[in-house]
Amino acid sequence: MVSRREFLVASAALAGIVGTGFSGRWNRAAAQQALTEDDLLGVKPLGNVTLLHMTDLHAQLMPVYFREPSVNLGVGEVAGLPPHVTGKAFLDRYGIPGGSRNAYALSSEDFSSLGKTYGRMGGVDRIAAIVKRVRAERPDATLFLDGGDTWQGSYTAQATQADDMVEITNALGIDAMTAHWEFTYGTDRVKELVDKLNFPFLCGNVFDAEWDEPAFESTAQFERGGVKIAVIGQAFPYTPIANPRWMMANWTFGIREEQMQANVDAARAEGADVVVVLSHNGFDVDRKMASRVTGIDVLLTGHTHDALPDVVKVGNTLLVASGSNGKFVSRVDLDVAGGKVKDFKFTLIPVFSDIIAPDADMAALVTRIRAPHAAELSRELARADTLLYRRGNFNGTFDDLICDALLAERDAEIALSPGFRWGTSILPGQPITVEDIHNATAMTYPAAYRNKMTGETLKAVLEDVADNLFNPDPYYQQGGDMVRVGGFKYAINPWETMGNRVSDMTLANGETIDPGREYVVAGWASVNEGTEGPPIWDVVENHLKNNPVVGPMGDTTVAIKGQG
Amino acid sequence: MTVTRRQILAFGAATAAVTLVGIPVSKVLAAAPEMDAKIKEFTGGATPGEGKLTLTAPEIAENGNTVPISVSVDSPMTAEDHVVAVMVLAEGNPSPGVATFHFTPLSGKAEASTRIRLAKTQNVVAVARMSDGSVYMAASEVKVTIGGCGG
Repeated sequence: MVSRREFLVASAALAGIVGTGFSGRWNRAAAQQALTEDDLLGVKPLGNVTLLHMTDLHAQLMPVYFREPSVNLGVGEVAGLPPHVTGKAFLDRYGIPGGSRNAYALSSEDFSSLGKTYGRMGGVDRIAAIVKRVRAERPDATLFLDGGDTWQGSYTAQATQADDMVEITNALGIDAMTAHWEFTYGTDRVKELVDKLNFPFLCGNVFDAEWDEPAFESTAQFERGGVKIAVIGQAFPYTPIANPRWMMANWTFGIREEQMQANVDAARAEGADVVVVLSHNGFDVDRKMASRVTGIDVLLTGHTHDALPDVVKVGNTLLVASGSNGKFVSRVDLDVAGGKVKDFKFTLIPVFSDIIAPDADMAALVTRIRAPHAAELSRELARADTLLYRRGNFNGTFDDLICDALLAERDAEIALSPGFRWGTSILPGQPITVEDIHNATAMTYPAAYRNKMTGETLKAVLEDVADNLFNPDPYYQQGGDMVRVGGFKYAINPWETMGNRVSDMTLANGETIDPGREYVVAGWASVNEGTEGPPIWDVVENHLKNNPVVGPMGDTTVAIKGQG
Repeated sequence: MTVTRRQILAFGAATAAVTLVGIPVSKVLAAAPEMDAKIKEFTGGATPGEGKLTLTAPEIAENGNTVPISVSVDSPMTAEDHVVAVMVLAEGNPSPGVATFHFTPLSGKAEASTRIRLAKTQNVVAVARMSDGSVYMAASEVKVTIGGCGG
């Protein structure tokens, strides 16, 4: 039984104002009247255990704008299945009225307008308020789990080398986490930070590269509401491929499905009533893993940033996708008896920052962490005349800005920018601050390189990245979204095979790319050790000095061919 | 090729009766004639069956220069019924032969692991020859990628 009462209540309340029409133009006061904190958080408890899940916070301490993807193609057996449904099709599938708060939270539809109406989402002070309330209502029955990508993605995380996030997550009272971008602080720093955590750092699929022995704990056992819960952590399996391997050379990763099965079996043998997997595999990999590993009751997925208003059931496993950047907290109530889940109730809680009152202690901690950097964080570099966002399979407008900066500042013919899923959005009319630029670029290998690449190599790079995104077998998907390009156009058929997806490569002026010619290429976030160049945020800042008003952006750089 | 006790123990702990990404034997043989010849030489022409032999390899190699792979065969390892040898091949390498592990009943278990170099994305193939002359085969695709851009 899936209950989506809270979502339906919220949707119905708004539908009363909006009617069936599509509108992003009613005022904030009316919207606030429609929805209260109690509507969002007053969940009638079910059973004896409550799991809370957040993931992919990307170090966003403050409420943010984050536009969900308008293009998120699924190939192979996942074609047309959530999360590969976007925009209006997504809203229709889940019965969410266009223009509603939930439409704003969960889709890209009318984002600029709805963003102005409903405001920012997330903020760890709001998340703290949610967690405190649930813990107060369900004392000793609540488990709060963090799916990772928590330590990276902001100015303050960069400046403190994630000390801020360790302090925040300790204060939030997280019970366990797993990881991905955490590893990009390097082996020594990761060990230092893990030592400071008040809770376990679970990565059952990370092994010592020399001895092939577990590098971290795989499993933590908890007792909540009289129920024994085993939580098994699964780090992002392709961290040393998608990110620089030299930063974590002592550790080897992988999906290690057989290891997961062994860990699940061991947890059961040790008396677990419920087995929860806290994963950073990505949705499609987790969906496949859930179909092949037996005995997982709840699989809390992360990495691909998908927010789904309902669980996806795979056999007896409940798959939960809790979004990113602090926009959502998932709540899963379980009724467990005799070592079995008898019933459950799922609620995706949208963290509307104008509705949920911040927790005062956490707000004070955030202020203290940000205070030494306040002047720099708020320093204005330019103004956005258009919506700036990244998330989606191909270039977002924020990527276009970064590529323009690389072309101009590094004097290149072609710019490449990685297809990260993180990076917050800026609404039209807003200033672009140092904090905004760091939200889209903060990382530990930011050098903006400039080198030469033949047309043939360029094609090989694009084909390689495309196969890592569009391989029909999720276990062979390695990374983020498609690499972003500037000064360059191409066509792609995602449903083709490796080596045959990319075609029609031209420079922006229409000149066909010559396989034998060398082109000057600028990019950033190379996984190669010893990459040289200024940090990407300086490149963007310098570009903005000469371009104080950004947008609208030019033609789309990628043509999609074929169909699933 | 020496296989250390430590490697065998580590592998033994991780082993389970699933082949991660099974590829039909017929498809593999048809695609690579040079490897096919090597397999025929090893098997004496016997048609390989599926099952019993488990090949464990990463779906995507972290480093193509050193890809960890393991083989294990379900066998009682008695004088009457044991594994004689397991051959490992890399279909897409300039020279597909990688290693042959030899076993006797005294081996106790027919398990081995090693690290291999893969020039590009390809199938890794293992073939086991049993004491009764029967032959088993397993294959797994390992992707070798440029990497980067992980989101």
